[in-house]
Amino acid sequence: MRALDIEGLDVDLGGRPVLRDIRLHLDRGELVGLLGPNGAGKTTLLRAILSLARTRGGTVTVEGKPSRPGRSDIGYVPQRHEFTWDFPISVEQAVMSGRTGRIGLLRRPGVTDWRAVGDALDRVQLTGLRRRPVGELSGGQRQRILVARALALGPRILLLDEPFTGLDMPTQELLGDLFTSLAREDRAVLMTTHDLVAAVDSCTRLVLLNGRIIADGQPADLQDAELWTTTFGVSVTSPLLKLVRAT
Amino acid sequence: MSITEFLTDLLNPDLAFLPKALAIAVMSSIVCGVVGCYVVLRGMAFIGDAVAHAVFPGIAVAFVLQGSLVLGGAVAGVATALLIAIFSQNRRVKEDSIIGVFLVGAFALGIVIISQAPGYAGSLQQFLFGSITGIPDRDLYVVGGAGLVILGLVLALHKEFVAVCLDREMSRAMGLSVFWLDIVLYVLVTLAVVISLQTIGNILVLALLITPAAAARLLTDRLGVMMLLAPLIGGVSATVGLYLSWSYDTPVGGTIVLVATAVFLAAWLFAPRHGLLTRRWRRPGGQELGDDAHPSSRPALSPAK
Ligand SMILES: Nc1ncnc2c1ncn2[C@@H]1O[C@H](COP(=O)(O)OP(=O)(O)OP(=O)(O)O)[C@@H](O)[C@H]1O
Ligand SMILES: [Mg+2]
Repeated sequence: MRALDIEGLDVDLGGRPVLRDIRLHLDRGELVGLLGPNGAGKTTLLRAILSLARTRGGTVTVEGKPSRPGRSDIGYVPQRHEFTWDFPISVEQAVMSGRTGRIGLLRRPGVTDWRAVGDALDRVQLTGLRRRPVGELSGGQRQRILVARALALGPRILLLDEPFTGLDMPTQELLGDLFTSLAREDRAVLMTTHDLVAAVDSCTRLVLLNGRIIADGQPADLQDAELWTTTFGVSVTSPLLKLVRAT
Repeated sequence: MSITEFLTDLLNPDLAFLPKALAIAVMSSIVCGVVGCYVVLRGMAFIGDAVAHAVFPGIAVAFVLQGSLVLGGAVAGVATALLIAIFSQNRRVKEDSIIGVFLVGAFALGIVIISQAPGYAGSLQQFLFGSITGIPDRDLYVVGGAGLVILGLVLALHKEFVAVCLDREMSRAMGLSVFWLDIVLYVLVTLAVVISLQTIGNILVLALLITPAAAARLLTDRLGVMMLLAPLIGGVSATVGLYLSWSYDTPVGGTIVLVATAVFLAAWLFAPRHGLLTRRWRRPGGQELGDDAHPSSRPALSPAK
């Protein structure tokens, strides 16, 4: 059974077509990079997978069942600016907030919940900062909190929206390694990014998106310059092509 | 007036309205302190403002019909809260514009309605600035009961409210009903405002919601502590404010708010970690270095030989 199966997905926003005829499959163990220019529909695709965006047509199947918020086995890492970082809350409480839906109404976190949070913090190497207020962390540490919050649900599919944006190279490398090992632990990881070099480097597969899927394959198979110029709307002399080693 | 005299007055059966006013002021500031924490943290002071305005026509109608002011205010306030919740789901229109349009209008409607009642000028002043006399016994139970319901709901839904405050998108992905949680929170804010109107008055009620919670936020980085500190600051401000207002014959709402404001200023200047003056006094050499994920592994600096 596939971890994620998207067939013929169409999404409109504000009466305009944003995604058309998206067909995408993900298996466990894969780290897939979703690339495309601003406005290509990357975030919209992730939201459609979570069934947060209303779809016009097509199906999203997660582990063999239609996707439903709170029910599907998906961990979501939204863009960093979605989170209220000046909230007076500790790192471990922020990670615990990811389990709010699972814990359920009128219940308090129990032993299992705290164990899951502890494991997630270990996984992203933030255990030493667990009691620190979230506002007093660097960008890289914040990104790791969001990853831990998603991992606290023990999901088999992980969706990451621009996890590298605004981070320096060492931090990007650290996170890139983390995502690679998360995928190796039998998870399916789908990540959007504008960092083409990191994507070409660490992803097992790349999907080029601009309203529709323009290419889908291993980085080594995507060296045709035309795929990249079509996706990003750049000219053949663009330095972008050098970046991704396309000719 | 000394504290003892104030206590004697509180126990004086001829001044029965005084302990009643104190009880209502303290109860409503405790409730406002707790609910105000969400208001401050979500930066939705405008909701409190909107509701405080919108409650007015409800009170005016209740006054003209000689019904319960608290009930009239609650109905109008809740209706407004629902409208705002529905409108603000659609983030294309800024909430503050909506409020600008029909809430000041609601306030105007209240003034027109109340002007139809004979002898309205005195009552108008009471609504706007609060008063400690003329509180019916019934209101004591209404405020107490409503306060308990509000605090109970906060306790029950705290985890969900926090999740929505932290990250709406993630909350939706977790399957939480963000829309309904917004509505419940707005209604709680409304009820907190309505039960405080009597003593504080319509114009100043926003301060009771915001000031104690904002002061508490300055004093701590922990939500649990903040939600205990805010009602404490509110309750103390109400008590001290009422005492001062009784001693110096100043308007009760204004005095309570001034005390709370003084607490806020003190917190702003002297808060242990983030206070303006505390930061200045702290020696620059004592600053911590930015630390990595394992602060314990940082080698201690050895003194220069
Ligand atoms: N709420 C909305 N209503 C109408 N149109 C929207 C809405 N949100 C996004 N869009 C449009 O949908 C398209 C896709 O947006 P989306 O956010 O998915 O792009 P993206 O690939 O994530 O871009 P970025 O790289 O800038 O994050 C854009 O053209 C955008 O203008
Ligand atoms: Mg995006």
